[in-house]
Amino acid sequence: MGKTTVAAAIGELAAGTGKSVLVCEMDAKGALATAYEVPPLSFSPTEVLPRLWAMTMSTEDSLREYLRLFVRIPLVARLGPLAHMFDFIADAAPGVKEILGVGKICYEVREQHYDLVVVDAEASGHVVAQIAAPQAIRQLVHVGLVRDQTEWMIDILHDPVTTGLVIVTTPEEMPVTETVELIERVRSETRVDIAAVMANRVLPALFTDRESMVFQDLNSAAVRAQIVAIAGAKVTTVLDAAALTEARRHVGAEHLDRLRTSLGPGVPLLIIPELFTRASGRRVVSLVAQAISDEIN
Amino acid sequence: MGRRVVRSVDAPGIDTLLASKEMVIVCGSGGTGKTTVAASLGVLAATQLGARVLVLTVDPARRLASALGMNAFGNSEVQIAPEVLRLASPPVRGVTQGELWVAMLDTKAGWDELIRRHAPDAVLRDKVLANPLYQNITGRFVHSHDYIAMEQLHELHASGRYDLVVIDTPPSRHALDLLDAPGRMREFFGSRLLRWLTVPYRSRLFALASKPFYQVADRVLGSRFLQDIAEFFILFQSMESGFVARAAEVERLLVDPRTSFVVVTTLEAAPAHEARFLADELRKRKMHLGAIIMNRTLPTSIRQPGAAKAARSLMAAADDPDVVAAIAASLAATTSADPSDISRVLAEVGERFHDIVVVASREAERRAELVALDALAVDVPSLGRDVSDLHGLVELGGYLQQG
Repeated sequence: MGKTTVAAAIGELAAGTGKSVLVCEMDAKGALATAYEVPPLSFSPTEVLPRLWAMTMSTEDSLREYLRLFVRIPLVARLGPLAHMFDFIADAAPGVKEILGVGKICYEVREQHYDLVVVDAEASGHVVAQIAAPQAIRQLVHVGLVRDQTEWMIDILHDPVTTGLVIVTTPEEMPVTETVELIERVRSETRVDIAAVMANRVLPALFTDRESMVFQDLNSAAVRAQIVAIAGAKVTTVLDAAALTEARRHVGAEHLDRLRTSLGPGVPLLIIPELFTRASGRRVVSLVAQAISDEIN
Repeated sequence: MGRRVVRSVDAPGIDTLLASKEMVIVCGSGGTGKTTVAASLGVLAATQLGARVLVLTVDPARRLASALGMNAFGNSEVQIAPEVLRLASPPVRGVTQGELWVAMLDTKAGWDELIRRHAPDAVLRDKVLANPLYQNITGRFVHSHDYIAMEQLHELHASGRYDLVVIDTPPSRHALDLLDAPGRMREFFGSRLLRWLTVPYRSRLFALASKPFYQVADRVLGSRFLQDIAEFFILFQSMESGFVARAAEVERLLVDPRTSFVVVTTLEAAPAHEARFLADELRKRKMHLGAIIMNRTLPTSIRQPGAAKAARSLMAAADDPDVVAAIAASLAATTSADPSDISRVLAEVGERFHDIVVVASREAERRAELVALDALAVDVPSLGRDVSDLHGLVELGGYLQQG
């Protein structure tokens, strides 16, 4: 869907306005480093552009930091290699991985280390578990340090001035359906504000409605033969490619309409056009940032 | 069993794969058309190879689901009406039409079934099923979707009711979660750590509580929560041997010679990268990579040099009033097109072709990388519309077959 590219672009856009920004990749697949064209990122943030910092989430490092900051037990040092044990506990206890991830993010927000924290979240099927983790932990854990701390995390997550969810989708059947379902789940299972939906890779319209009809007529057998006589046999490939692109755009526009209807007036839908560029990485991030900026203004 | 009709084919392709394997696991990034490809493989095997096929799917696109008549069904298997199948795909000479069955994966029901099977008695079974942690955990525990998907595949294959089971895999955080789920499950329940974790609560002697781990965990999570978890796993431990043995069986299934993986991708950077990664990991694990399906691709003819030249000729034609007038004259029979509209349309089609070539070139690079993996690589062209009925699946099957 281009989720990482959009997160990277939002970060670049905000940093460009003079804000200090942290962008955090939650699934540690390395796509954020590729987007910014920097060496692999780690848990401790790297400054990738002026005022723009990037990191990748590691639940084990997050646990270490948490224990160091809040538990202050000298025993922590004696815990030794945490990795194996941690993996095991995280598999067994529900919400442990999620709370460590979301907890670290909320901590950065609370401490105001940055003006803006952009999270490149996990795939849509997992994101609700992540943002609802403090609530889930609250229901399961009745006493202890973690329970006390879920309170301020929930305050941060539920404050629409502080936290907003941006859903990135593409104008296709499954992504739009998943977006509609995700919005339903976010609204029913959490109280996190949905700030915007961004439709990425939207094909620009080739023709006006009238031109579209002319184009259809050009594809009738007789006229096609005439055009072949003018431009050569290979022109059929050109006409077919245009027809295919138009068909895809048309289907995409229908899915966008469906999305717009289900969003209602409360949630803005921003359009990011398909980029016909060979390059990837930082140039694409800048182009997407420009497109988002155009949509907002 | 034994109803399978194996056709001889010239070169090993999708047909050969479907005829020689009993379990096909369709995997790849989200949004690449996995569900559609899985359903299409099922249709192909039933109609062209006469096999009795089950397609097990996860959360399919609504329209596809209703096209297959899957609206009201959970874990249960439903047959697509034979006459509907025959209408969508005309019979092949010499092949008796097989059967197409579909089912939807239900993680919660899958877990409950496992508990019922492995619980030593009814009391314990009900205790686990009613446990609040169990309700919460089944959604997330040890990548539970991934494990249940593989577990169901095992169950359905072992039932002997089908010649072929095609499974559309759940979206994973990470592609490897699926491959590693049975192993993780086996390790988890067989782990000495699990025994150790539950010891203080079992014996009610908190001798081990002096361990640093318990001190930290107690402070952070509270002893009540730790105890809740421990009690839950004590319940589970009575089922340990059953679970471990079963998980080991499921794990073996993934490397079974009757099992094959089909990786679905589009020719965009991120899914193609994931597909290559997945292919490498399958090989490392000695799992069979049956095919890489490159879905929704642009025609390769777009990159032929002659095509770009034709696009330029089209742009030149748009600027030539005589040519435009000639086309307008031909169109006059059907429509009263304005010559300036014709000129703009010709120019637009020619100009935008460059953009399409850029996309096709990006796709060509991805295709070359995937073909280099040296597995059966199949191009499925973009149909310019959503596949949402049996006819669409049959059409897609045709492309899969052509390879």
